[in-house]
Amino acid sequence: MIRVELAKLFRRPRTYVIAALLCALPFIVAVFLATTRIPPPPGQGGAFLSAVLSNGALYPAAAMALVLPVLLPVSVAVLAGDAVAGEASAGTLRYLLIRPVGRTRLLVAKLVSLVVFVLFAIATVLVTSYVTGLALFGAEADSTGVTLPADVTSLSGVTITPAGLAWRLLATVAYITVSMLGVAAIALFLSTVTDSALGAAMGALAVLVVSQVLVTLDAAAAVRPYLPTRYWLAWIDFFREPVLWRDIERGAALQLVYLVVLLGAAWANFMTRDVKN
Amino acid sequence: MIITRDLTKRYGPTTAVRGVDLEVREGDRYGLLGPNGSGKTTLIRMLLGLVFATRGEIEVLGLPVPRRVREVLPQVGALVEGPGMYPHLPGRTNLDLFDAAGPGGGRRDRRRRVDQALERVGLAGIDRRPVRAYSLGMRQRLGLAAALLRTPRLLILDEPTNGLDPRGIREIRDLLTELNDEGTTVLLSSHLLTEIEAFCSRVGVMDSGRLVLQDDLAALRAPTGRVVLHTPDADRVVALLDGRVEARDGDRLTVRHQAPDDLNAELVTAGVRVVELAGERRSLEQVVLEATTTSSDRVEGGTA
Repeated sequence: MIRVELAKLFRRPRTYVIAALLCALPFIVAVFLATTRIPPPPGQGGAFLSAVLSNGALYPAAAMALVLPVLLPVSVAVLAGDAVAGEASAGTLRYLLIRPVGRTRLLVAKLVSLVVFVLFAIATVLVTSYVTGLALFGAEADSTGVTLPADVTSLSGVTITPAGLAWRLLATVAYITVSMLGVAAIALFLSTVTDSALGAAMGALAVLVVSQVLVTLDAAAAVRPYLPTRYWLAWIDFFREPVLWRDIERGAALQLVYLVVLLGAAWANFMTRDVKN
Repeated sequence: MIITRDLTKRYGPTTAVRGVDLEVREGDRYGLLGPNGSGKTTLIRMLLGLVFATRGEIEVLGLPVPRRVREVLPQVGALVEGPGMYPHLPGRTNLDLFDAAGPGGGRRDRRRRVDQALERVGLAGIDRRPVRAYSLGMRQRLGLAAALLRTPRLLILDEPTNGLDPRGIREIRDLLTELNDEGTTVLLSSHLLTEIEAFCSRVGVMDSGRLVLQDDLAALRAPTGRVVLHTPDADRVVALLDGRVEARDGDRLTVRHQAPDDLNAELVTAGVRVVELAGERRSLEQVVLEATTTSSDRVEGGTA
């Protein structure tokens, strides 16, 4: 069933359209930065954006910071919202279930295909932004390593090796995937509740927007540690020397809790639901 | 093949299916008749484990549903409320995916299975166009092909001829007859009397959630105890049979008489010329109309 889901994912043009959109955003930003050479003022704009002007090899990290807050969660919410509700409204859900595909197996396959989509999307963004970065900003002349930018690291001028950059990027991919799984779990749960793919995606996005607003609101400080988007940007800590693990660990643990609770709810709801269309 | 006992499904305050005792026997061509909204589709969905019953028991192929539905379904092919396909993919790819999704089908002979199914429903020459571009009839055939992928022992078809032209309907009926001769039990649901009458040997009639009638078609279409007679000597017959003629329409007479053969002998002995003589049988339509109340999609105004 997982194979079938993956075939469906990669035979669908929209998968590539979404990936292309995700790649387009860092590319557009890079073009503007490269032509004007105006870096965002310190403390504003996307992370790493001023650093990339001197070193294009850091652009993949900057690209992650660009797509993560809005574009990536939106695409995950849309796809995850469509996962079950879309099959229901297309009339294919009933035919899968009487094939028979177990309901649990179907949910697992959907989740796996969402993970694969996130990895695929991130990989395309990383590759295209790396190429863009090198082409538009050039690599640092110093070939021994990459200097971590001062606006991110507390210690300026720390140099990491290319291998160090590679594992940090990989860890970033893993962390972002886990964060996006949290989004996927919200949308997947809603997708088993309603037969409207749009409704499920909308619901998940509403949750994220509320969470984003509350994160910045001091009056909501009491609930802040439990908001799903609170630790989304914690992966930037991978680029500190030494790596600051506290927020990363908390963020991953929080997403796992959301994942377990919401997937459990999705499963319980889907197992007992009447499939009426 | 299928047995249900006191099967009931409630959706909130409305009861879609109430107390249905369905019995489909091995080798049957069972026709489930009933107006739109009479609960046919809900009943079929319960048989397939898609909808869970509020009360009652279901047994399909000797196993309880939904408890052991996963052992039952591989031997069942079904078409429920129109075919469901991925519109952006070609028909063949759709069948490939559905075949791969279910258990029991090796990858090696998938192509052969899909080809065979397409061949049976008359889509052997299908091209690479996406299903989106198919006509309603082609989609219906494709849905039927998907149901046939695993050469099922039991076929459950909900309105299978929807969207087909008369020739297509005939082809599907021939296909179902062929499958039934090979030993496949067929449960066919329809609101079209003619379709059921042309194919089925056993009929169940549903009306507002209840199975109001279930019997062999031959038994349902029992003689009415009347004989329809066509004769140029109508006046003589009226005089001869004296009071047993119930209705007259020109030279066509309806006579109350239990045995058409005796009546014929009687008339010929008397020298009456007979063009046509046949025992009257109840039409399925009459049977159904007697058993059902009102069309459920009819909304009556309040009584003033």
